[in-house]
Amino acid sequence: MRKVIALGGAALMTALSMTSAPAAEAPASIQKDCAVCHQMSGPASPDLAVRQTRKGPPLFFAGNKFRRDWLEAWLQKPTRIRPAGDFAPDHAAKGPEGDAVEAASLSDHPAVDAPAAKQIADYLMTLTPNTALLAKEDYTPGRVSARIGAMDFVKFKGCSGCHKDTPKYGGFSGPELHTAWQRLQPPFIVSYIRDPAAWEPRTLMPNKHLNTAGIHKLANYLRTIGEKPEKAK
Amino acid sequence: MNKLFILAVFLCGSILYPRPAPAADAAQGKTLYRVYCTQCHGLSGDGKGINAPQLSVQPRNHRDRAEMSARTDDDLFKAIKEGGQAVNKSILMPNWDGNMTDAEIHDVVAYLRALCCAGAK
Repeated sequence: MRKVIALGGAALMTALSMTSAPAAEAPASIQKDCAVCHQMSGPASPDLAVRQTRKGPPLFFAGNKFRRDWLEAWLQKPTRIRPAGDFAPDHAAKGPEGDAVEAASLSDHPAVDAPAAKQIADYLMTLTPNTALLAKEDYTPGRVSARIGAMDFVKFKGCSGCHKDTPKYGGFSGPELHTAWQRLQPPFIVSYIRDPAAWEPRTLMPNKHLNTAGIHKLANYLRTIGEKPEKAK
Repeated sequence: MNKLFILAVFLCGSILYPRPAPAADAAQGKTLYRVYCTQCHGLSGDGKGINAPQLSVQPRNHRDRAEMSARTDDDLFKAIKEGGQAVNKSILMPNWDGNMTDAEIHDVVAYLRALCCAGAK
């Protein structure tokens, strides 16, 4: 399995090194390169087998999900967002104290140079099949104190079972959320919490049936913990 | 005409002898368990999933025969579908009604029974 992942990673590295193709050919080649690990056209499959063999999150709604500036920067210097990979059971192993993430089974996302990152981000932002879902949301980012927000996130809503709200605290199976505000469009955060299965039928995120105020409170907490401090003027 | 006759017989049969609900499928339940449950309840169902060390309430050990025997299938179904709070347990056990159909949750319950009490692996 590790060999397969390593080979996949190597193939992706090779593929991405070719992204300096002429601009006119960019979308086709980028789509092909990303498709090694990511679903590039929708809809998301309801098939459990597909979910179990997924190597990375779907990107066919990337333009509805990510902030463009974050995408461009991250592609040049990728960090791990999902501590246990895209499908945790594939990267967990039994240890003396219980299951633990098997770090050696995880492969890093390839980095690309600045021109390629711009080209890829430009392309991904064109993938917007779920604009109607975002249009249903009416969210004006607000504030919640870090203390109240953390209590809500951890104790009242149980999000920390799967997600980290600080680099050190929280579960491993979901994407870390301490940088979520930097990488995700606010209406996407709200829409995904409201109805995760509307985005991906086989999402591992439960629908907690929260009311709008409860959803906005969580989104505001992600803003509190994730917003980069304003640069000194 | 023959086709009509066969259809009529079939329809009468369906009315007189309604098909029982399909039995829960423990094998499918095992797959669903791997996808949704092992992250907290562990690859082997021992309650020691990768998220467990960070949880303030430890996930149920599904291999614990005594604990699991104390719960009815309806209890387990309700806990999975509506979440821990619905059965006076932790909020850390989420409601999975948005992720699995009722039939799928029944499959998971069937697998839990095999796991706790029939030596399933």
